[in-house]
Amino acid sequence: MAAELHVALVAADREVWSGEATLVVARTTSGDIGVMPGHQPLLGVLESGPVTIRTSDGGTVVAAVHGGFISFADNKLSLLAEIAELSDEIDVHRAERKLEQAKAEGDAHAERRADVRLRAAAGR
Amino acid sequence: MGAQLRVYKRRIRSVTATKKITKAMEMIAASRVVKAQRKVAASTPYAQELTRAVTAVGTGSNTKHPLTTEADSPTRAAVLLLTSDRGLAGAFNSNAIKAAEQLTERLEREGRQVDTYIVGRRGLAHYNFRERKVVESFAGFTDEPTYADAKKVAAPLIEAIEKDTAEGGVDELHIVYTEFVSMMTQTAVDSRLLPLSLEEVAAESGAKDEILPLYDFEPSAEDVLDALLPRYVESRIYNALLQSAASKHAATRRAMKSATDNAGELINTLSRLANAARQAEITQEISEIVGGASALADANAGSDN
Repeated sequence: MAAELHVALVAADREVWSGEATLVVARTTSGDIGVMPGHQPLLGVLESGPVTIRTSDGGTVVAAVHGGFISFADNKLSLLAEIAELSDEIDVHRAERKLEQAKAEGDAHAERRADVRLRAAAGR
Repeated sequence: MGAQLRVYKRRIRSVTATKKITKAMEMIAASRVVKAQRKVAASTPYAQELTRAVTAVGTGSNTKHPLTTEADSPTRAAVLLLTSDRGLAGAFNSNAIKAAEQLTERLEREGRQVDTYIVGRRGLAHYNFRERKVVESFAGFTDEPTYADAKKVAAPLIEAIEKDTAEGGVDELHIVYTEFVSMMTQTAVDSRLLPLSLEEVAAESGAKDEILPLYDFEPSAEDVLDALLPRYVESRIYNALLQSAASKHAATRRAMKSATDNAGELINTLSRLANAARQAEITQEISEIVGGASALADANAGSDN
């Protein structure tokens, strides 16, 4: 059996996803980081961006994460985010609409949020 | 029907209507408590992980941060009081307000100036009526608070604590809320959010004896702490808001239950009084008839002779 790590993706008001994985890729403020089992203990600040989790049964879980933290110790990885959505929870049409709206209003923050959602949805 | 009886009947009708209303409110509150409790439980994993992370950074690095270091002589403190928007919850709001007033008094005795922040219309009305100064107040979400609401409440507080005391910032942040112990027990508690005492945080997360690994900080310990602490405050305020909401619904349920019980008792008493009045009326009518009949008999007997 390949080595695996336990992942918990937690949003402020619920646990979004948890399970075993072999690789997690997330975007921190200083660049993308990939965590595999046995990684050295890590605590980092996340940028808003898609998070990719390669589960131990070979599947892939993609989630859009808006700000938060990644922490890894004892083969347990937690992704903490104020807002986190799995790619299949994302309403693509709504995100597209929001992107248009944000572009029209020049709201860079909202534009980025919608963009991250769309990219996560495309990666599923 | 006699006047007395009519009055009783009318009162019974009105109390019955009130009883129906309080019964409905009781049931609504009961279902909301369950929902609120579920939300408290759902927010726990995030709070726990965050607390762990804060402990990890606090103990794993020698970083000094304004949010974790105590001022030598604190001169100003912020108190955040959580009340509800609506009443009909027994002593729920007055207990929270009382706890806040005790805390304020204690802080003032220790020579600190207190800035009050209030959540909920009830608390605000209490302070406004007494013409006490409130720095900022929030309302409209106490029944079902969301994380966005907690962020909104936390923003000015974090801003105030980051500012220098000389420029109107605060040294300490206290929060007063009603802890949801059980369906029957809710207690108003106050706790100090900032500056953070790491021992307390560790004790709370149950990680006191756990040896935390040496973390690699990305990008750096200071930056992580900078990003972490505001989130920690937000999550604590969110948790307090949720507990306060659950407590409020539990208190409403209890208050409405006793109101329903009282109404039932009142209806019983009133029906007994109404029965007695009806009986008295009948007795009076009979005695009037008997009296009239015997008067007639007497009169007839007199004329016969």
